[in-house]
Amino acid sequence: MSHINIAGLEVGQVIGSQEILLTRDSLVRYAGASGDFNPIHYRDDFAQSVGLDGVLAHGMLTMGVAVQVVAEWIGDPGKIVDYGVRFTKPVFVDAKDGAVVVVTGKVGNINTETNEVRIDLSVVCAETSVLGKAQAVVRL
Amino acid sequence: MVNPNVEGKKYPATAPYLVGREKIREFAHAVKSTNPVNLDVFAAQAAGYTDVVAPTTFAVVIQERSLTTVLSDPEADIDFSRVVHGDQRFVHVRPIVAGDELTSVLKVASVKSLGGHSMVTFETEIFDIDDQLVSTAISTLVVRGGE
Repeated sequence: MSHINIAGLEVGQVIGSQEILLTRDSLVRYAGASGDFNPIHYRDDFAQSVGLDGVLAHGMLTMGVAVQVVAEWIGDPGKIVDYGVRFTKPVFVDAKDGAVVVVTGKVGNINTETNEVRIDLSVVCAETSVLGKAQAVVRL
Repeated sequence: MVNPNVEGKKYPATAPYLVGREKIREFAHAVKSTNPVNLDVFAAQAAGYTDVVAPTTFAVVIQERSLTTVLSDPEADIDFSRVVHGDQRFVHVRPIVAGDELTSVLKVASVKSLGGHSMVTFETEIFDIDDQLVSTAISTLVVRGGE
């Protein structure tokens, strides 16, 4: 049911881009959905007591929202067969203004034999890359 | 410091986790998915699945259950208050769908020391009720050394 023709893709081609606003509400919602209730993701006093500047987003939340660019492009998220990231920088989420994460996906590699396409994601918050080596492989 | 001798150690399978449709929807909303295949049974069935498909990173919920086992293992000696998530990867044989009953087996793939810190890589294999591999979740935790 894939509407994407592998022959029409080029390495470097942008497949999509999204600006995602993460608020404290997003963090609480993710804590509940994932079961990760580490208080550094909702309590400023606790975050500061362990030497952080403030509450930060779950790395797994940033990872989870970033791949939506790929899911939206492919249509069927079940076609994403491999997805990995490195957590390079924390995403601090201001109590009032939240944090904006900008995700851009580009074609990183095309394998016509396996019918797989690797999408490389750039994930930036406050002009800093927050995920390294963020790569998703899609089987068309 | 993490006990380097736990490298290669395999932990017993976790109790079966029944993947609920509403849990998938809840997780999908939390990662800001608006994809109908994650949310709508008819859309998922039209795409060839039996029920709604879990978002790509949902397997972390299963991985978490395995990690709890190892984090409470005195032999591994991992101080959770000093743990930072280093990297994460999911390799899916097939997508997780609502109705799946999943167990997981965690293996400590490697323990490395790096300038007073430890880096521990866990591989969690996730199996369905027919004992078929569904996904592998690979997670590296950085455990900061004591002062």
